[in-house]
Amino acid sequence: MNAIVWQALQIVLVVALAPLVTGYVRWVKARLQGRYGAAPWQPYRDLYRLLQKEAVVAHSASWIFRAAPYVTFASVWLAACIVPTFTTNMVLAPAADLIALVALLAVGRFWTALAGMDVGTSFGGLGASREMLIASLAEPAMLMITFSLSLVSGTTAPAQIVAFVLSGNVGIEVSLGLALAAMVMVAIAENGRIPIDNPATHLELTMVHEAMVLEYSGRHLAMIEAASMVRLTLYIALIATLFAPWGIAQPGAGAAGAMLGLVVFLAKAFILGTVLAFFETSIAKMRVFRYADFLGGALLLGLLATIFLYVSEAV
Amino acid sequence: MMGNVTLLEFLSMGREVANHRPWPRYQLDSKGWHALAEQMSVSNWEILAEWGEPAEIHVLLRGEDSGAIAVASHPCPDGAFYSLGQFRPSAIRLERAIRDLWGLIPEGLEDQRPWLDHGHWGITHPLGRPRQYDGGRHVYKFLTAEGDGLHQIPVGPVHAGVIEPGHFRFHCQGETVVRLEERLGYVHKGIAGLMSGKPINDAARIAARVSGDATVAYSIAFARAVEAALGLEIPARAHWLRALLAELERVANHLFDIGAICNDAAFAIMLAHMGALREKLLACNARLFGHRLLMDCVIPGGVAINVDESAKAQLLTLVASLRKGFKRGVALYDQTPSLLDRTTGTGIVHSTLAHRFGASGFVGRASSRAVDARKLPGYPPYDDLDFTIPVLADGDVHARVAIRVEEVRSSLNLIEQILARLPDGATSAPLPMRAGEGVALVESFRGEVALWVRLSEAGKVVRAHPHDPSWFQWPLLEAAIEGNIVADFPLCNKSFNCSYSGHDL
Repeated sequence: MNAIVWQALQIVLVVALAPLVTGYVRWVKARLQGRYGAAPWQPYRDLYRLLQKEAVVAHSASWIFRAAPYVTFASVWLAACIVPTFTTNMVLAPAADLIALVALLAVGRFWTALAGMDVGTSFGGLGASREMLIASLAEPAMLMITFSLSLVSGTTAPAQIVAFVLSGNVGIEVSLGLALAAMVMVAIAENGRIPIDNPATHLELTMVHEAMVLEYSGRHLAMIEAASMVRLTLYIALIATLFAPWGIAQPGAGAAGAMLGLVVFLAKAFILGTVLAFFETSIAKMRVFRYADFLGGALLLGLLATIFLYVSEAV
Repeated sequence: MMGNVTLLEFLSMGREVANHRPWPRYQLDSKGWHALAEQMSVSNWEILAEWGEPAEIHVLLRGEDSGAIAVASHPCPDGAFYSLGQFRPSAIRLERAIRDLWGLIPEGLEDQRPWLDHGHWGITHPLGRPRQYDGGRHVYKFLTAEGDGLHQIPVGPVHAGVIEPGHFRFHCQGETVVRLEERLGYVHKGIAGLMSGKPINDAARIAARVSGDATVAYSIAFARAVEAALGLEIPARAHWLRALLAELERVANHLFDIGAICNDAAFAIMLAHMGALREKLLACNARLFGHRLLMDCVIPGGVAINVDESAKAQLLTLVASLRKGFKRGVALYDQTPSLLDRTTGTGIVHSTLAHRFGASGFVGRASSRAVDARKLPGYPPYDDLDFTIPVLADGDVHARVAIRVEEVRSSLNLIEQILARLPDGATSAPLPMRAGEGVALVESFRGEVALWVRLSEAGKVVRAHPHDPSWFQWPLLEAAIEGNIVADFPLCNKSFNCSYSGHDL
């Protein structure tokens, strides 16, 4: 019974919290740049405004263009539902799997890229080609991270990885450290943050994610924006859950444990959000041709994490 | 080939026109003009500006070795002239614009496409013999590039940011730019037409609005051209106050440029920092001189502002605080490897091209072209001040940033020197009523602004021609981006920061 309640709460939570997390990161960045910045809850207002507005669709757009925002949002939302945030006691927990997570995110990206090319503008195609370049490098890295985590814990289910880490059978592992570094790099690329992409840019020619969605407006744009926000929250939750699971309620912890887990998760989300804002402020965007170096580095770290496991076992 | 003849020796074969100051103007016949055009391919004389009249063509020239400046004119009653652009690429767009505005046909010029005229004026050749344009949009044929996998990216004229309008047509192979072609003219305001027939003071206000970010430089250029035409000597204090305003303008623009370049590499904190410094300066301008951008502070005959002891003290405090803040900003730039990685080696302008196009300002100086109108030809009070012109050879975005950094430092020093040695006396002189022609060359933050003016006995402007340094910088941007990637274009573009308004006139 509780599992259903917590699952329902998780489903609502990831969507309800996502704009706040995004708004908070923007607010911290503004403060770091010496600006007042919009309030952290500004994204709620933005989404509300977009939902009120008329959606303008290009003449050349097909049904793909109209469907893509919903498909993207749905796939990202579903992905976010299976990442434990405050408790692992959820209905979908047994079905959840990191490889499924990678696939769900790929579905969202695939549809966004398709929509970018659908209207036939040069920017849409430019953005889609860059996004696919990033994806082709980030996905193998993500899978490599998954492998090393599953080799440590013997499972690819986030809930069981959490249980394993919390059981205390794992000390400070070099592999986990490398996997964490790789995971952060993948998360930066997947969310289109600096140094890979600049979410705040107005320069059409440098955009990646924004270039694909330039043609969207109204509720379509709201869906796309919401999907980006949920994706950011998802990655923050994923990093917090897999690498710092302390505080997450386990099955049998009861309502008090779940509430504690919720508070701890909020704290983690804002700490990671602050770190992201500091990181983004202190670094410039890299050249498009350096993406391969950056994400190749992530892949290498993931690979090293796996190799170190075998090395440490052999020793 | 005529041997090593100097510019003035060559032009003296023409007829010198009376009452053209401070540099002479020579009228060349058809043979002389042909010879001049051919000299363009063998000499290193620079074209500083080229403009027309309904039946005459003028070109402002500088001999690179001697530094001598002169105007060469050629009457063309049949509405055509022998093109200089066929020998000197920097003049191609100037001559296309001359055709659009005055209807003079540049003979021999390969590129006969219109430039400023997009077919929206309702008339053709507005400054020559205007004729009703019977409508129909111009079809503009962009230059092509051929090869496997090439695609076009049209950008602008309306951009996603709040910037001036201009169209950029990219031919790309994947991310690599194969060819960039600019199309400008969207902000044509008819400046030359507006200035004709206006009283001098009204025309000065128009000249101040040719390009808002260089308003002081344009005002000084117009004022100096008028004063030259009238043979008027202005009080020394006016010269020094003009220099003070010009250096304030230079610092404000360079600060913002440095921040904006970094912002285009998504390093927003630099823009915030430099923007705050610029704001301090602009607020001080507004407090002391009544206008944030110092518009209309310089007038023909002198200046409309003055500086008392309290203003001096405020300016010195401002300079000290800017210097401190600027040092921190530059340190941040120098210590951010991810930023340097973007600016270094990006958008290289080769020094041969910079020389060939006669690029001035930071674009020229970053590509080893040591040209600055404050030094050569020089004008008061700069001949009395101690400063050096920074020159670098790399020609990349980083070099253009570094030139600006040095110029900010040098301008802050100049402001202090000016304040310390400001002469006493009147700040303006009354304008006599006299006919004449004058030309001036003034260093704006962007490069050399040339301005030519002809005055009537009644104290009115008969004709005026302002020339923006951007004319010789825009074409180099096309060259700089070649072989770079599309995503680096905004960075290159911002490091040039050419004027649309000043170019489109």
